[in-house]
Amino acid sequence: MSDPIKRLRRPALWTAGAVLLLALPFYLDRFWLQAGLFAMAAAIGAIGLNLLTGSTGQLSMGHAFFLAVGAYGYCVLAGDSTGTLTGLNLPSWLAAVLAVALAGVAGGLFSPIAGRLQGAYLGIATLALIFIGQHVLFNAHDLTGGFNGRDVPPLSLFGVTFDESELLVAAVPFGSAEKLWYVALLALAGCALFARGVLRGRPGRAMNAIRDHRIAAGVLGVPVARYRAGVFVLSSMYAGLAGVLLALVFQRTVPEYFGMILSLEYLAMIVIGGLGSVAGAVVGAVFVSLLPQLLTRYSDALPLVSAPGTGGVAPGEASRYLYGAAVVAVVLFLPGGLVRPAFRRRKTTTSEESP
Amino acid sequence: MTTFAELLLNGISIGSVYALIALGFVVIFRATEVVNFAHASLLLAGGYVTAVLHDDIGFWLALLAGIGGAAAVGAGVEFLVMRRYRGSNHSVLAIVTIGVDILLTTELTRRIGTDVLALGDPWGDSVLTVAGVSVAHTRIAAFVAAGLLITAFLLAFRLTSWGVAMRAAAENSETAALMGVRLGRVSLGAWAVAGGLAAVAALFLTVFPTPGLERSTSLAAMKAFPAAILGGLDSTTGALVGGFLVGITESLATGYQGDLTFLGRGIGDLAPYLVMVAVLLVRPAGLFGTKELARV
Repeated sequence: MSDPIKRLRRPALWTAGAVLLLALPFYLDRFWLQAGLFAMAAAIGAIGLNLLTGSTGQLSMGHAFFLAVGAYGYCVLAGDSTGTLTGLNLPSWLAAVLAVALAGVAGGLFSPIAGRLQGAYLGIATLALIFIGQHVLFNAHDLTGGFNGRDVPPLSLFGVTFDESELLVAAVPFGSAEKLWYVALLALAGCALFARGVLRGRPGRAMNAIRDHRIAAGVLGVPVARYRAGVFVLSSMYAGLAGVLLALVFQRTVPEYFGMILSLEYLAMIVIGGLGSVAGAVVGAVFVSLLPQLLTRYSDALPLVSAPGTGGVAPGEASRYLYGAAVVAVVLFLPGGLVRPAFRRRKTTTSEESP
Repeated sequence: MTTFAELLLNGISIGSVYALIALGFVVIFRATEVVNFAHASLLLAGGYVTAVLHDDIGFWLALLAGIGGAAAVGAGVEFLVMRRYRGSNHSVLAIVTIGVDILLTTELTRRIGTDVLALGDPWGDSVLTVAGVSVAHTRIAAFVAAGLLITAFLLAFRLTSWGVAMRAAAENSETAALMGVRLGRVSLGAWAVAGGLAAVAALFLTVFPTPGLERSTSLAAMKAFPAAILGGLDSTTGALVGGFLVGITESLATGYQGDLTFLGRGIGDLAPYLVMVAVLLVRPAGLFGTKELARV
């Protein structure tokens, strides 16, 4: 009876959302655009981690490492050789693609371990990646610039350079943030659709089977080790792309950023949003990455939070309290994350019942 | 040769401290099948309590308070968080401990700030020299204390009814529950013991030659993770061997880093993880871990 309306509601919502997102750069100021760009880059990384941790049940603490591979890979491939820094000076779009591939190769090199270890074991093993990554970032001076990091060459695509040179679109000056917004949006949409395709198809079923019962999955003919290694590589490539985008937004990469805390943030994102779903990863990423920025912006107006260095709870710390507590609360009281209640209402026959 | 001997002795000593941390980690894993990523923050909590109290009530009482404090924090985490989880997926519980770790570490590092806190230990920086080989008193104390605690713990694990309950729960928790083992108590006890062991380890991670308790102490504590996993997560022997392996590797790599400059500075901090990766490549279940067998 109300079927046509129901059928039309979802496409209509999606269209409205898309138009809104496309129109935002014309209205928002730089702060919000930057925050949005961070959130989108984080969402891409979180989707990748959710494929691995949420859908396949393989914990990874090494996500920050692959973000770093993407970010620094792009810098090295696209950068100039200046002074002590090495750079290959490739066209920047090619560098971005190769950086993602490089993150995939790094994930592949770890696959003898990623394929054989299960769940939380892999979580501890991937701790090694963080420390190895930090070590290399601080020591390989000619590639990474050491402690001070290195500048990120701007992306140029189809004759448009995504730097500060202003481009006037409909009487709105477009700087780097405005232009990058569309690149990030496109990348996020592509990544989300691809992950959805993976999850809904045969590989997704196999991944869930591995998570829910590894031996049964093996008996059914799922090559468990190969799947685990494959998903690990895929998730590292997602992280690589997120790293490239973050580098482009930051315009400078510093090794400190790619530490343990970043990995924990990504885990918090997928848990808060909802393990195993693409929408969950996006929601969680927006929550975790916007939280510190909002708290910083409105620290004057908030009780208990004060500007960094004044002795009180700094915005970064306050946000860490909040998402740490959110992780615990979500797992205990809302298994399935923020998006899952909505899911349950819409689809009565979900294949993934929370165990 | 003397350098080698000194490095080896230091490595064994620091290794015994790692073994202490890894042991607590393994105890929690055996009792509850949860990989506890909040372990480093338990350690930091114990160290912090000791550091704050030692001026007022003296070192030994403060150390006891630290042990008690960390045990209470561990038990509190178990009682308030772990026990509330109704599902059965242990991977998800591991993620909960990550959430707990974020909370505890943020709170403790905020309190510690940029300070370096002394723990007021009685050994100071005195050094014992025998036949040209000098070892700091703190290192000897660490080895002796860790050795005593580990022995006491292993004996309790074998002989007391608490240890039997713990092993029964590890073997098969359902059967153990049917036989009258109170799983709640077993897991509460495991968390408390792990916290106490971590607090002792916190003392020996922060005494001479380390400057004191600071926010990066939890990074040092994290080296117990590779120790636990390269020995095999479910094996107490593995935790000991892993701890020594990690300690000795770290000590040697740090001592000879002058000869290893091509690997970059600070290779000593990285060495434990490299050893772990190397071991896992050959034996994915760790050196002493039981290979998983399952009946379908």
